[in-house]
Amino acid sequence: MATPTLVRGARATQSTITLKIAMAVSGILFILFVLAHMYGNLKVFSGEEAFNSYAEHLRTIGAPIFPRTGVLWILRVGLIASLIVHVACAVTLARRAGRARPVQYQVKRNVNSAFSSRTMRWGGATILMFLIWHLLNFTIVKINPTGGETENPYRLLVDNFGVWWMTIIYLVAMAALALHLHHGTWSSLQTLGLTNSPLARQRAKLAGWVVAVVVAGGFSLVPLSVLVGITK
Amino acid sequence: MAGSTLHDGLTPLNAAPTQTSDDAHGYYTLGEKIVDPVAPTGPIAQRWTTRKFENRLVNPANRRKLNIIIVGTGLAGAAAAATLGEGGYNVKSFCYQDSPRRAHSIAAQGGINAAKNYKEDGDSVFRLFYDTVKGGDYRSRESNVYRLAEVSTNIIDQCVAQGVPFARDYGGLLDNRSFGGVQVSRTFYARGQTGQQLLIGAYQAMERQVAAGTVTQYTRHEMLELIVKDGKARGIIARDLVTGEIETHLADAVVLASGGYGNVFYLSTNAMGSNVTAAWRAHRKGAYMANPCFTQIHPTCIPVSGEHQSKLTLMSESLRNDGRIWVPKRAEDCEKDPRDIPEEDRDYYLERIYPSFGNLVPRDIASRQAKNVCDEGRGVGPMVGDFRRGVYLDFSDAIKRLGEPAIREKYDNLFDMYQRITGENPYEVPMRIYPAVHYVMGGLWVDYHLQSNIPGLFVTGEANFSDHGANRLGASALMQGLADGYFVLPNTIREYLADGPFAPVSEDDGAVVEAREAVRSRVERFLSINGTRSPDSFHKELGHIMWEYCGMERTEPGLRKAIDMIRELKREFWNDLKVLGTADSLNQSLEKAGRVADFIELGELMCVDALNRRESCGGHFRGESQTEDGEALRHDDEFAYVAAWEWGGDEGQPVLHKEDLVYTAIEMKQRSYK
Amino acid sequence: MIGTMNLTLKIWRQPHAEAQGGMREYQVSGISEDMSFLEMLDILNEQLQEQGEEPVAFDHDCREGICGSCSLMINGQAHGPEVTTSCQLHMRSFKDGDTITIEPWRSEAFPVVKDLVVNRSAFDRIIQSGGYISANTGSAPEANSVPAPREKAMRAFNVATCIGCGACVAACPNGSASLFLGAKITHLGELPQGQPERYERIVDMVAQHDAEGFGGCTNIGECAAACPKGIPLDVISQLNKDLRTAIKAGR
Repeated sequence: MATPTLVRGARATQSTITLKIAMAVSGILFILFVLAHMYGNLKVFSGEEAFNSYAEHLRTIGAPIFPRTGVLWILRVGLIASLIVHVACAVTLARRAGRARPVQYQVKRNVNSAFSSRTMRWGGATILMFLIWHLLNFTIVKINPTGGETENPYRLLVDNFGVWWMTIIYLVAMAALALHLHHGTWSSLQTLGLTNSPLARQRAKLAGWVVAVVVAGGFSLVPLSVLVGITK
Repeated sequence: MAGSTLHDGLTPLNAAPTQTSDDAHGYYTLGEKIVDPVAPTGPIAQRWTTRKFENRLVNPANRRKLNIIIVGTGLAGAAAAATLGEGGYNVKSFCYQDSPRRAHSIAAQGGINAAKNYKEDGDSVFRLFYDTVKGGDYRSRESNVYRLAEVSTNIIDQCVAQGVPFARDYGGLLDNRSFGGVQVSRTFYARGQTGQQLLIGAYQAMERQVAAGTVTQYTRHEMLELIVKDGKARGIIARDLVTGEIETHLADAVVLASGGYGNVFYLSTNAMGSNVTAAWRAHRKGAYMANPCFTQIHPTCIPVSGEHQSKLTLMSESLRNDGRIWVPKRAEDCEKDPRDIPEEDRDYYLERIYPSFGNLVPRDIASRQAKNVCDEGRGVGPMVGDFRRGVYLDFSDAIKRLGEPAIREKYDNLFDMYQRITGENPYEVPMRIYPAVHYVMGGLWVDYHLQSNIPGLFVTGEANFSDHGANRLGASALMQGLADGYFVLPNTIREYLADGPFAPVSEDDGAVVEAREAVRSRVERFLSINGTRSPDSFHKELGHIMWEYCGMERTEPGLRKAIDMIRELKREFWNDLKVLGTADSLNQSLEKAGRVADFIELGELMCVDALNRRESCGGHFRGESQTEDGEALRHDDEFAYVAAWEWGGDEGQPVLHKEDLVYTAIEMKQRSYK
Repeated sequence: MIGTMNLTLKIWRQPHAEAQGGMREYQVSGISEDMSFLEMLDILNEQLQEQGEEPVAFDHDCREGICGSCSLMINGQAHGPEVTTSCQLHMRSFKDGDTITIEPWRSEAFPVVKDLVVNRSAFDRIIQSGGYISANTGSAPEANSVPAPREKAMRAFNVATCIGCGACVAACPNGSASLFLGAKITHLGELPQGQPERYERIVDMVAQHDAEGFGGCTNIGECAAACPKGIPLDVISQLNKDLRTAIKAGR
């Protein structure tokens, strides 16, 4: 219910915009992460040995100052924290948006918004589900649907994408990720207040396209190459 | 202009008028002459300064005990609410709209005058004063006008400090333009939305006081009665338009800033809700209505397209700088595509009749001539009733001469607006324009302190009659609204309030109960007549009568006929009105009914005033008073007075009180635009 | 010369704030394309009056696109299919036989008063919370003593044209008033006179916006597309930037 009185003693940190800024910052961390992850995946094209040694290297970064998987865990903790912030803020804002329009329109036309911008919440939920599967698939449980070996990262990957429905799951997820990144990149820049002119706005929207195509396209190259038999 | 000399401001330069004609005989009673009881004396340039010093102060500790009601939140109302709130008074602000920001001051396009002389082009306070009195055809009070010119410069300072985004030059300083044929550049502007920006500034200043607790705002509230107790204005009865509740609000002083009554013509550039009710209710309680027939009709409006038309839209008269106005020479050409009418068959009538001023003749002349050619059957555009009501405003020569990009740069937004409304592209087809009622110079009579003849009732902005005489200069309405609200009223109302707080009035007091019951029974009456016609249909009919007989040209037989027709309309209204819905909810028909009832009474008074004033001055053109060339002929010997009308009762006749206009600083001159 | 139209109107009717509302269907005929949308509704109302049915209540005042009163959701678009206000929308944007759905703005912060009329006083309170420059009457310095760079003054003017109609809220899937808020923040923040209160202003105004029940912004841009005055989306970026600066300043 709307309050008919004036707010006293307001704090900047308690505003909805602060929640958005938190989403933008955590989102940008994810963008950096997926860019790095995608780049790493492309190592597949260098062959089994190169890929596996890259996977191993991830666990030994910073050694010997850090113990094995030490840096990796620092990154993981950072990503998990970002995920919690990102999802918590999203849920809070989504519930708020729901309350802001208790009666829906009989007819509502959206005329200017990109499809990606209107699917952020469902898209985000899809990506979250996928993420859980993906971690079970490749990190926590390590599932090989062909029953093959699971401790060889390269084989695990190629075996997985050799299964057609697994490839479809991943491609669908990449489509969802592309949509999320397309709007998310521009939106984060806008939320951080970096798009104060028409030109800056145009560039931020372009950045959204670039990130979406590069990340989702880069990721998709691997399952596609397995599917068509380039990678075996 | 060079001929005007600075007088000492002490010796009258004109004799008192003696009226010999009596056209309105039988329609009114002549009352005693009146004078402004607080008129200042001394050299004109010192009068306001002296008066500000003479007016008593109110102890700051006492101010919050003083309650002031302000009706209306346009420039005059919002500016006064903000300033009085800042001063620490306890202000209640009323508006019928859902937010104070929607008051119709917002629609003013052109600009606001101020004697800043930033262009060093010879402007001064005296020149602005002189131009305003002359533009008003010497029917305004010189002390008031001088004060207006004097505070004009403070307005700009105040607005800039509030964040009004006026146009600026490349150095970041304020830009000016010349406006309405004036030879100096003294008009400050914010593209075509000056009124909006000034109103938002005043609104924000007022909202700041709402937050500070000094101003309480009552939106969707309409004042329906004035409470007068022991001869003093002590409050209002207002209806909450959402719940229908009849509320009593008591105060030490009441300020009406309720705007003009141009909607008496039904079609005007006023907002749909603009009405005379607050002022008319005060008039019926004893406040004099001054010069009600002085109406300004603006020549460049978008024409009526059919009977359904609800509202007219103004376009800036700057269009006349480059457009040429014409109609076909022969009535049979009027249906043709204007581009197919050869040059020799076109009548550029303004250029023909007024070779030196041409298309830039003053508003009233341009308007009247447009009506004349249409009445001759040479109007263009769709048939509305028996006539085509429109003339061409043609840019094809200007486009040929300056190129389309230059025209586009100057008038792009106006052309777009025109195209949106009419569906025609003015770059290709000549625009059609027609005059429309735009502003009223008449209003409640006030003294130098903006106080009406009812003590404690103050009137500001367009609602009062004071500053524009018989005609208003372009870009001066905004100036007057803000001058009254920010600088004049706060300095004059304190002289009255210094005697307060006044003895408290109880809600059960006889005068209060009577006012409240009057409102209640009136509302019930509207709902119980149960006839057949909607309030709107009466309003439309009244508008037709007013436009035809009390519009741009008024004649004795026409006005007499109009008065009869209005009286008949009034009878029919009270017998055949139908208002659906209830009194205890939002009921727009009910609101409308009350406004139309008051417009009908006002319309009659306007006709009586116009009938009495057998002279042509400013916006008032009497057919009987013109030169051989058909130009307006003023009669200073008879009519150099303010006609202040007293309500004569429902069955009685209005009483005319004359206030002679005395000029001590400038001489009266007959204008000529030939 | 001009054809007339027959139309089917589906209009939200609700007798008062607490009442249950619903859609009603009406037929109007003989509508000319030169009419404004509101004049078409006038005709419907005259027709209803004749039939003894209470006319449809809708907010309107200046009918020239500047007061911001009109507030109709027309076929799912705030102010209808053109970039203008409902009062400046003309019937030539429709064709004979069309069905037009008309609803009030839908927002928790804009409760329906009656039929198509909503209460937008939340906007007034947002302004009260800081949408002004504190300059008491009489305290102003000479207007030209503080130059304002032309570019900034123009940007301030461009966004100060907001008419406070609420179309941005109505169009926003989140029911956010960020465009309204950003327009005022940018208007005052671009002017030298607005600097002293700049960061206090934004914190207070955003807090009021949130307290009124408006949603948060997800930068999708429906607001700017619906805005009859073409206020651009970059005012929301400015809003975010100023709030970020306020956080840094510890407000």
